[in-house]
Amino acid sequence: MIKLENIHKYFGELHVLHGVNLEVAEGEKVVIIGPSGSGKSTLIRCINLLEKPEEGSVVVDEVNLLTTPAAVAKVRQSMGMVFQQFNLYPHMTVLENLILAPIKLKGISKDEAIASGLLYLDRVGLQDKANAYPAQLSGGQQQRVAIARALNMKPKIMLFDEPTSALDPEMIQEVLDVMIALAGEGITMVVVTHEMGFARKVADRVIFMADGEIIEQNTPEEFFTNPKHNRTRQFLSRIAHAV
Amino acid sequence: MPGPFALFKWQAVLRDWQVFAEGFGMTILVSVLALVLALVLGILFGMMGTAQTKPLRYLNRIYVEFIQNTPLVIQIFFLYNGLPYLGVMLPVFWVGMLGIGVYHGAYVAEVVRAGILSTPKGQFEAAYAQGFSYWGAMRYVILPQAKRMAYPPLTNLAVNLIKNTSVMAMVAGGELMYHADSWASSNLYYGPAYIITGILYIALCLPLATYAKYLERRLEVSA
Repeated sequence: MIKLENIHKYFGELHVLHGVNLEVAEGEKVVIIGPSGSGKSTLIRCINLLEKPEEGSVVVDEVNLLTTPAAVAKVRQSMGMVFQQFNLYPHMTVLENLILAPIKLKGISKDEAIASGLLYLDRVGLQDKANAYPAQLSGGQQQRVAIARALNMKPKIMLFDEPTSALDPEMIQEVLDVMIALAGEGITMVVVTHEMGFARKVADRVIFMADGEIIEQNTPEEFFTNPKHNRTRQFLSRIAHAV
Repeated sequence: MPGPFALFKWQAVLRDWQVFAEGFGMTILVSVLALVLALVLGILFGMMGTAQTKPLRYLNRIYVEFIQNTPLVIQIFFLYNGLPYLGVMLPVFWVGMLGIGVYHGAYVAEVVRAGILSTPKGQFEAAYAQGFSYWGAMRYVILPQAKRMAYPPLTNLAVNLIKNTSVMAMVAGGELMYHADSWASSNLYYGPAYIITGILYIALCLPLATYAKYLERRLEVSA
């Protein structure tokens, strides 16, 4: 479904990704963890080309995005992304946020987009907020709307870039609950997060990144109980202390 | 000798009110058309100023710097006196409308550019991630937000534009200032003519300026 090969990314002089390879199978749930500055956010942003790697190949759904730029927009339509800062459109109501892209990009009728939008809002528990503006919602609610907005495009893949990192602690769980429920439905998911409980519960595979490289990857049980690398052990012990 | 504001001079203004009304109407017409032109140019060049392609950004800079750093009067004179040498004879109404529209378009472009740049980067990213193109993102996501930021300064620009239509008087433009001035120089009743003219400009500009202040306050509240 997703195949990243030998990804190199530079920010000016800074070499952020050092030839990363990442393959994600259809329906697989991959959780990427690692210290800040490890390149995990940059990596997930390379999947939908919000960051353009200087070297390597990005293949999604059998389309090579770097060699066929004309196909990028189309592929992005099938890949929802949820951001740390929500990035809802502040000038639109919740429902308008949900229906804009389906109507304008996929040519779906307004009635149909509204019907499915309300369904997704119901699933994230926010149908009563359909006519509210993002600024009137809490952070947790905004992020749930952002998830519903992505889902209303009926994506095959969902990318989550630290979806709970900007939230107050008491709002993290409501967002994670939505993500856990979503994971149960067979959609392909790539999640960058610091939520180890979520990784343990949902991931098919946990990837640990540091210094722009994938250090270690394994099933959650193996990864958390029996980490192979020193860097991983250091990181996990530091997290354990924090929790 | 009667004073500059003698009663009979005011009576003359009232008697010839149609002269002023005609100029006033022309000022409104030129203002509206020039404003439309300024908005079209400003939005176009403002977007170019934030484009990823360098040549578009250069075009934006050339237009804005060239227009903003030469007096409006020269630009009007160029259209009126210069273009005929190139074989282009424009009616004075067109000279005014084009000159004033192009001039204020440069200022609108800067307001639009600032509005786009003040929209958080995450808004572009959210739109791109959904599959919108640059233009789609602009149209549905960025410009509607930039518009809110741009309204108060744009309203102030409209006030300046209305006042600046008065430079058309220098090329016999047929608008309010021209009519007032030519009427007054024929009978030397300058005092009442200029005062009435000033009041007519205030009647147009003060409500707009007040509206701009209201928009600014509303923006502060919602921000």
